[in-house]
Amino acid sequence: MTDLAMSTARGQSRIGKVALRWLLYIALGLFALYYLMPLFVMITTSLKSLEEIRTGDLISLPREVTFDAWKTAWATACTGIQCEGVRPFFWNSVLIAVPAVMISTLIGALNGYVVAQWQFRGSNLFFAALLFGCFIPFQVVLLPMARVLGLMGVAGTIPGLIFVHVIYGLGFTTLFFRNYYVSIPSELTKAAKVDGAGFFRIFWSIFLPLSLPIIVVTVIWQFTQIWNDFLFGVSFSQAGTQPITVALNNIVNSTTGVKEYNVDMATAIIAALPTLLVYVVAGKYFIRGLTAGSVKG
Amino acid sequence: MKNYVFGAVSAVALMSANVVVAEPKAEVLHWWTSGGEARSVAVLQQEFADNGGTWTDMPVAGGGGDAAMSALRARVLAGNAPTAVQLKGPAIQEWYEEGVLADISAVAEAEGWADVLPASIAGHMQCEGSWCAAPVNVHRVDWIWANADVLEANGIAMPTTWDEFNAAAEKLQGAGIIPLAHGGQAWQDATVFEAVALGILGADGFRKAFVELDEATLTSDAMKSVFDQMRTLRGFVDPNFPGRDWNLATAMVMNGEAAFQIMGDWAKGEFLAAGKAPGEDFLCASVPGEGFLYNVDSFAMFDVDGEDNQAGQALLAKLIVGQSFQKVFNLNKGSIPARVDVALDEFDSCAHLSAEDMAASSEGGSLLPSYAHGMALRGAQSGAITDVVTSHFNSDMSSDEAVQQLATAIANSL
Amino acid sequence: MTKWLEDHLPKVVLAPSFIAVLIFVYGFIGWTAWVSLTRSKLLPKYDIHGFIQYERLFAAPRWDVAMNNLFIFGALFIVISMILGLLLAILLDQNIRTEGAIRTIYLYPMALSMIVTGTAWKWILNPGLGIEATVKGWGFESFTFDWLVNPNMAIYTIVIAAIWQSSGFVMALFLAGLRSVDTEIIRAAQVDGIPTWRVYTAIIIPSMAPIFLSAFIVLSHLAIKSFDLVIALTGGGPGFASDLPATYMYAMAFSRGDIGQAASSAMIMMAVVFTIVVPYLYSELRAKND
Repeated sequence: MTDLAMSTARGQSRIGKVALRWLLYIALGLFALYYLMPLFVMITTSLKSLEEIRTGDLISLPREVTFDAWKTAWATACTGIQCEGVRPFFWNSVLIAVPAVMISTLIGALNGYVVAQWQFRGSNLFFAALLFGCFIPFQVVLLPMARVLGLMGVAGTIPGLIFVHVIYGLGFTTLFFRNYYVSIPSELTKAAKVDGAGFFRIFWSIFLPLSLPIIVVTVIWQFTQIWNDFLFGVSFSQAGTQPITVALNNIVNSTTGVKEYNVDMATAIIAALPTLLVYVVAGKYFIRGLTAGSVKG
Repeated sequence: MKNYVFGAVSAVALMSANVVVAEPKAEVLHWWTSGGEARSVAVLQQEFADNGGTWTDMPVAGGGGDAAMSALRARVLAGNAPTAVQLKGPAIQEWYEEGVLADISAVAEAEGWADVLPASIAGHMQCEGSWCAAPVNVHRVDWIWANADVLEANGIAMPTTWDEFNAAAEKLQGAGIIPLAHGGQAWQDATVFEAVALGILGADGFRKAFVELDEATLTSDAMKSVFDQMRTLRGFVDPNFPGRDWNLATAMVMNGEAAFQIMGDWAKGEFLAAGKAPGEDFLCASVPGEGFLYNVDSFAMFDVDGEDNQAGQALLAKLIVGQSFQKVFNLNKGSIPARVDVALDEFDSCAHLSAEDMAASSEGGSLLPSYAHGMALRGAQSGAITDVVTSHFNSDMSSDEAVQQLATAIANSL
Repeated sequence: MTKWLEDHLPKVVLAPSFIAVLIFVYGFIGWTAWVSLTRSKLLPKYDIHGFIQYERLFAAPRWDVAMNNLFIFGALFIVISMILGLLLAILLDQNIRTEGAIRTIYLYPMALSMIVTGTAWKWILNPGLGIEATVKGWGFESFTFDWLVNPNMAIYTIVIAAIWQSSGFVMALFLAGLRSVDTEIIRAAQVDGIPTWRVYTAIIIPSMAPIFLSAFIVLSHLAIKSFDLVIALTGGGPGFASDLPATYMYAMAFSRGDIGQAASSAMIMMAVVFTIVVPYLYSELRAKND
């Protein structure tokens, strides 16, 4: 916490301070309601029986709580001929997301470090070009990318999907690290250079230890994007390598079949659990990163 | 007789499985993923496995196959096409023109498909004279579903003309019941539109407008009446219809909130899943007017290397059109078999009506492809029509303006 | 040799990314530009046919709607998400005891795939099921909230759901930024008796310029690519009232087999992005170098 927060209320009266505090909590609480509303709908729906959904209010609390939909979603929902729920697809997503996040974060950190601290003629132009690349609509790259993956011989494989996610994640990871490193005084690098430290040594022993907050932000972003990606996942996979979003879509998006909303909602929450977990765990590191920051300050 | 045919088919299958050296293999791209649908495909997989085949499942649901089609394009461009793909309507010929489909005439001729499929449906399965796809089922699109109790309580019979429908709807509205349950999604708007068009334009008019894209018919006074009727129907739906899923509209009919729904026969699956009985709890009838709009699902075989894959394609094609799969699949799915010689004893009354109407309209030349479900036109043209239909239905556009836009949009899409 | 490597190491490190961007971004944009001049249908073809696809595009009423929506949606979504994200970050930076929980609540929507949250929003915003029905149930019979089914307002429901999804992440960015502000400067300002709000507007917020850049890029990227959300929430409807260029392009490329048309719409989208983003990038990066 910045010391500002501590001292904000210093000049105000005690009563005013308490009132302000309450106001603050009420505001935060109201916003929390806005953010929780859809989750509420999803969870209550996933706990209802299909019969109740068909006849009753979609938004109300369940009359009778049942976990059948969750069991179905995990182990027996049909995603095609196989009726094994989303379980088999979960692992595919892990195999894709974990390496892709790690590789793209590492490359992004190095890129950001160069662009922020080792500028050379054209490095800013490179950065701008990379950033503009963030905006290319993925629907556009689908077809040429398919051709390239075919030529590389990795079409339909997990390495192919990792490759695609790394390529289109670079813009953002570089952006995050560059903007973080740019606020670190360049004198630090210069001093280290005078002391004889090389490019990687400075990165490793000065920049990386300072990077925890931005690594957390980058990992959250990349993991979310890759885990939730559907378009690449559906286009560049084949039977056996499909990620969980494709399974989710197969359960949810049937056109002429009977819709089981409770299973849909349960599947969606299960599919989101890893990202939710990352958020909860990463939240702690936010605070730790912050402590590091105050030591620095 | 049934047993004999069944036995013969499996005997042939068994023989071919022994004769072919390679073990049949198939990676099948389809979008039947929900419970009932998936169970229906599983029947095919089972038969495939019983004949020594190895089935690799590649399901991609969503948007009536849109997501599957984008996956298919990526796979074809990567040089990694699946062996069999769920494709339908003119899209089959479009892919054929790209030079990526395999020829399955050998199987089709050995099995005598030409004799057991209605001519207009067989036409969809052929590319420049050779067979390139195998039909699975026939969905009828121009159905009108009704809540039996609601109709009885209000003294209404199933309407046979649009005027009767409008009169009944007004009466229901007076009684505080939503006359027409509808989901405002573009494809549902298009489904209702083509059902109305079939009734008002007649079979010939429908063919001229939505198969031949005849400009005179598209801008005719009759077409204006179609849009007029759409405007009237707009008054019979509740205000919260936009974006509603079709099955929620079906649920409205089921629980008596609404009286009618115009939807293909997959709606029957929803009624049955909720434990309702045809003829007692809900009624099915064809939409006012003569004719039959079909939506036929089929599988096309892609050009792939490897004897095992090609053997897989041949076996798959044979099984798909085989008697036993046609029966079991369609019992599950709510549709009727594509081949006309399947015994319908186990099917319900709606399916019987569908089969009789299909036979009659095939004779009378009014067995027509559904434009709303991609059977009549290529994607660009049917999409252009749907844009106008849904934009008219969801605004206060006049019928004159609508037919003008229709003509422009089609010209622009070619 | 080692000397050369030492001197050029920064460039060597950037080189693979540079090559990747050159091929997979600019090469593919070039490819799209080429295809937009052809009559490609189901699969890409390479015979040039002039600007026919662009003529068709500009003649399509649906494209006009999609572009208008992009401007409405993009502007509202970016501005509101930034303001809300900053506000939440500042509120949350006041020594809140339950910060961890609240932060997670604000952040979690990003974790959920829109394929299904869209359905939840659809129910919430549907007048017959959600907020309107609930408030009416409380006895406020005249309350209406029918944006979802109103062709003129449907695009704003997409704004609501999109802000819901992304503002938490923007908050996280700002929160990380707030906490890397040099506390010495703030303490000094307070010793001088400068009021809190002035400390924010004059010192803290301006020092977060790079964070604004990140937030802007993240949000405009999401705005231009918003696709799942529209499909799940309104399907582009009522009619095509809430269509966006990304959904238009997808429909053309994959459900209508009209790849040439899709390519031309992609090029127009890229041109719009270029005119908005490049001046911003230019000014931001130049300001940094000064």
